[in-house]
Amino acid sequence: MKLPVLLRLLRDPGLVPKLSLPEWDLALRQATSVNLTPSLLALIEARGLLEQVPAQPRAQFEWVRALATRHRQAVRFEVDCIRAALAPVAAPLLLLKGAAYAMAGLRAGEGRLFGDIDILVPKARLVEIESALMLHGWITTKLDAYDQRYYREWMHELPPMQHMRRRSSIDVHHAILPETAPVRPDPDKLRAGARPVSGSGGLLATLSPCDMVLHSAVHLFFDGEFDKGLRDLLDLHRLLEEFGAEPGFWDALPARARELELSRPLFYALRYSRRLLGTTIPQAVLDAVAAAAPHPLVRALMDALFERALLPMHASCDDALTGPARFVLYVRGNWLRMPPLMLARHLFHKAFISKKDAPQAA
Amino acid sequence: MLTVASLTRAQLAARLGGAGLLVQTGAFVSRIQSPIHSVADGIALLYGDYPLHGADGFADFHVGLRPSGGMRRWYRPQVSFDLDGQQPFEPLPQAHAFPMLEWGLNWCISTRAHAWLMIHAAVVERDGLAAILPAPPGSGKSTLCAALVHRGWRLLSDELALLRPEDGLLVPVPRPVSLKNRSIEVIRGFVADAVLSQPVSNTTKGTVAHLKAPADSVARAHETARPAWIVFPKYEAGAATSLTPIPRARAFFRVADNAFNYSHMGARGFNALAGTIERCASYDFRYSDLDEAMALFAALERPRT
Repeated sequence: MKLPVLLRLLRDPGLVPKLSLPEWDLALRQATSVNLTPSLLALIEARGLLEQVPAQPRAQFEWVRALATRHRQAVRFEVDCIRAALAPVAAPLLLLKGAAYAMAGLRAGEGRLFGDIDILVPKARLVEIESALMLHGWITTKLDAYDQRYYREWMHELPPMQHMRRRSSIDVHHAILPETAPVRPDPDKLRAGARPVSGSGGLLATLSPCDMVLHSAVHLFFDGEFDKGLRDLLDLHRLLEEFGAEPGFWDALPARARELELSRPLFYALRYSRRLLGTTIPQAVLDAVAAAAPHPLVRALMDALFERALLPMHASCDDALTGPARFVLYVRGNWLRMPPLMLARHLFHKAFISKKDAPQAA
Repeated sequence: MLTVASLTRAQLAARLGGAGLLVQTGAFVSRIQSPIHSVADGIALLYGDYPLHGADGFADFHVGLRPSGGMRRWYRPQVSFDLDGQQPFEPLPQAHAFPMLEWGLNWCISTRAHAWLMIHAAVVERDGLAAILPAPPGSGKSTLCAALVHRGWRLLSDELALLRPEDGLLVPVPRPVSLKNRSIEVIRGFVADAVLSQPVSNTTKGTVAHLKAPADSVARAHETARPAWIVFPKYEAGAATSLTPIPRARAFFRVADNAFNYSHMGARGFNALAGTIERCASYDFRYSDLDEAMALFAALERPRT
């Protein structure tokens, strides 16, 4: 398989001096299509190669620099507002995904753009936490009675909340997979392993390195929508490269995945991060997760599906099977969220009974 | 540098219908694809002076104006604006294809090019000093801008003031000037040799035509200018020409209100705008007579800095 030029650049920013102008043209179109231009800029700058980018593509990197700077600032401000609102009921504040990478100063956070702030809280305190957020201006966005029930009974999070004035969104999770999913990693174990964010005075926390990787893997490989798939795969790649340098990380990862029943998503995460982004993974770790691999025929099918759906959403990366692959993965994602009868009822309701809302911003 | 005018009409149509026409407007290169004749007509008429790039060059925006498929091909044909596979707008009647290209290109710049503080304003320059004319639609900004650039002022832009935070200079993006409704006849009467695209009626903005940018402004598209005046124009039928100074703090917020990316730019945007307001004289300007307006602009005093 010939990888798209964006993936070749993400794998190896050392390619920068070798790209032709038409290759830059295509790389930036692919990056724009998946909102990864700021991350690509961060990777290129980390290698000190920005000077070697020709003037025209370099100008486009300067266009997104302001966005990345502003985004970082906005995330810090927003996290501080949430922390203050929840100080009496959820301290320290346990951040997930993008907000965690940004506040912990991880490489995975550099240039990464995201819309929502995700937090993990104890299920027993959801009522207090929701009230505290409402008192500070956040309101629930899904007002339809069915949607409310969908989130509150079956999902692993409250209906997304949005701040009335700032329009910023927060997702309050009490677990990392839905109540209705076949696997339910114990949230108490995740919270018990949490680490304080250095420099936050103990007020902010993230998951442990292994759990951050596993959550990212679950998020990507249990989900049905892949419009942000390459961004999430790049998260995995950057987390693995950064944590992989810490002593003990690689030994602990497969064992922790077994403990949380997440060996299969870890298998996929390592497989596609390595195949598409060239992540360095010790052979012993690959051997340790090999037992979690699906049957070789299923694996071949999954290769065909994921290695299409994880590419940039750009015409230059599509073939005749890209559309069908995304559709099959969409169905799979829903299948993994709930048992078949419940899924049928849910899809029936969404298709025929729910009022058609205006499309929501992602 | 080759210009679009170096192509024959058939070569132009072949590029638009094939791999795309790469045309440079100021700091931006756009690759335009469209099989629609009115698009080729508009480009042939208004873009002859702009630098042309080879099909294997680099483009900032990859845009297409495509006829809608299916039954729509025969019954009230429509056109959709395609930005590299995305369709950010609802389709329009196919007769609106050329104005849609102009609006679409403005949209590409204003939503992406965050290297500059971008203000919804016309910009004209004379003797190295620029006037920024920020205004909501309907204020007569484009009419005034079209008249000025045919009376000794250079066109930097009719729609987008690009303010560079590093040095506070304005970066030109000279493109055709969009004229609406009665302004079209006013400018035909005011500019003897005005080159205007075919007026398109019943658009969301009424009847629209585009005025060709002066060749000299296009040739000097790389020359930045220092802002000296901020003038909020307001056309009012029968109004006496008047120029009223605006206090700086008020001018700041009015310009910020007209900026596309003020909040995206954060502190850099604030500082760039504050510096500009500090160095410029700001006015409210009411007019009904273009000749009087020209005389007043010619007599604008250099601000003391």
